[in-house]
Amino acid sequence: MDFFIHLFINGLSVGLLYGVSALGFVMIFKSSSVLNFAHGQLLAIGAFAFLVLVSWLKLPVALAFLVTLCGSFALGFAVERVFLRPLIGESLIFVIMLTVGLASMLKGILLLFFGGNLQTYPDFLPGWLAVQAGSVYIPPVYVASSLLGIVFLVLFGLFFKYSPQGIFMRSVADNQTAALSLGVHVKKVFALSWAIAAMVASMSGVMLGIINGINVHEISSIGLKVFPVVILGGLDSIGGAIIGGMIIGLLETFTSGYISPSLRDVIPYIVLVAILLVKPYGLFGLVEIERV
Amino acid sequence: MGASNESLLVINNISVVYSDVIQVIKGVSLKVPRGRIVSLLGSNGAGKTTTLKAVSGLLKPENGRVTDGEIVFDGEKIHNLSPEEITRLGIIQVLEGRQPFKYLTVEENLRVGTATRWMKPYRQDLDLVYHYFPSLVQRRKTLAGYLSGGETQMLVMGRALMAHPRLLLLDEPSLGLAPLVVREIFRIIKRINEEQKTTIVLVEQNANMALRIAHYGYVMENGRVVMEGDSGYLRGNPDVKEFYLGVSAGGASRSYREVKSYKRRKRWL
Repeated sequence: MDFFIHLFINGLSVGLLYGVSALGFVMIFKSSSVLNFAHGQLLAIGAFAFLVLVSWLKLPVALAFLVTLCGSFALGFAVERVFLRPLIGESLIFVIMLTVGLASMLKGILLLFFGGNLQTYPDFLPGWLAVQAGSVYIPPVYVASSLLGIVFLVLFGLFFKYSPQGIFMRSVADNQTAALSLGVHVKKVFALSWAIAAMVASMSGVMLGIINGINVHEISSIGLKVFPVVILGGLDSIGGAIIGGMIIGLLETFTSGYISPSLRDVIPYIVLVAILLVKPYGLFGLVEIERV
Repeated sequence: MGASNESLLVINNISVVYSDVIQVIKGVSLKVPRGRIVSLLGSNGAGKTTTLKAVSGLLKPENGRVTDGEIVFDGEKIHNLSPEEITRLGIIQVLEGRQPFKYLTVEENLRVGTATRWMKPYRQDLDLVYHYFPSLVQRRKTLAGYLSGGETQMLVMGRALMAHPRLLLLDEPSLGLAPLVVREIFRIIKRINEEQKTTIVLVEQNANMALRIAHYGYVMENGRVVMEGDSGYLRGNPDVKEFYLGVSAGGASRSYREVKSYKRRKRWL
């Protein structure tokens, strides 16, 4: 039973991170219909930026984390401005191919600088973050990542629900022409969604890096894991991304705990196929509002 | 007319081409005097909507382009500006076919209307919109996708009002609405024009209602303006009566001998 609870909590907190990084992916898709194949690289860049700041430059952890977030926000902005914006108005397949190219380019740059070996952060999380309930022990990493994940979710919820920019972003996702007719800066909305997506991705990258260690290939491949997560939840549902992330996270940890760690990366895709057979729009895919 | 300080909007001999090959508008000119309602009549495909989109800049996302002529708003040439810039000059288009943000609530829809000045307070504007469209008040927390057709039309017009338009371009506000609702909407359009001094261009198929509130009207056919005049004149014109108001000359039902009248329409082309 303890083992079950242990796996359950690991799965939830990892899944929450998957969900949060999928959220960025969904945001880009919702606002501009672009599938971002470079999402995993955004996670990796965040993880490595944090590594550089903490291990090499020896910045205080909190400051390093803040700099990582701000830096990746700026990076997302720049990526949209430099690579995506010239392609606005072109066929979507070009834009999607561009993100595929971007993915290999970013991965190449990371490999060039950091190599393909596993690296780890110094152990900086304070021990008091750990939770000991009876015989169940939850390590600080999982507590910290769950907390961070929840904080980000709440912040995003508030941002989208109440702030003007959040409402403009939703309006563009809803009806781009109508948003344009009211003077919403659609290009700024695209840029902002890339910036936020990159920021959230780097947050997840850092946390996953603390949990699993950082390796260019490993972290980039989490970008592919975003697909089962968002397809499971429904490509255009933010809530679905979170739930989808948790389901995939749980599946992974249970598989590696009870069956075999080597099946860890396979089971999510099998489940994905099964779910797509039954619910092609995902669990929470957008149900068209249609009045009869 | 003539002097630009009397006309808020002057369209001077514009042509519009989609995808570099399909010419939709051929040499359209029209003037919209300050503070007036000008209506643009014509059948489907006459080029009314395209004319509006040429003004609001929304042609570009559809791969359309103004190839000739110029559009002057308040003394400034605007035919090369982006929709973001044009809306910030105070030109707001209400799109055809009521396009609310379905998954946003009524109030959030209205807040999108503040995009051109989003740092400024908007409470008063909300109150103004609710003053003109009281039926929206109790629906403010409802998702816009669940509103009725009439409420949706009110919502999209209210949303445009939030932007403090100096020139409001209304594209077929009566489309698919019950006659009573249409009358209500037109009454509000007239009030907005009179009380807010908003200049309005009204594109309509419902010539009867449009000419009742408009001061001046243009009739378009096949991408050209074929007739213009004061609303009173247009309502009395036998061609307009027959083709757009559905009344034949003598008020009697049309006989087959008059089928030749089709040629009259041809003469415009």
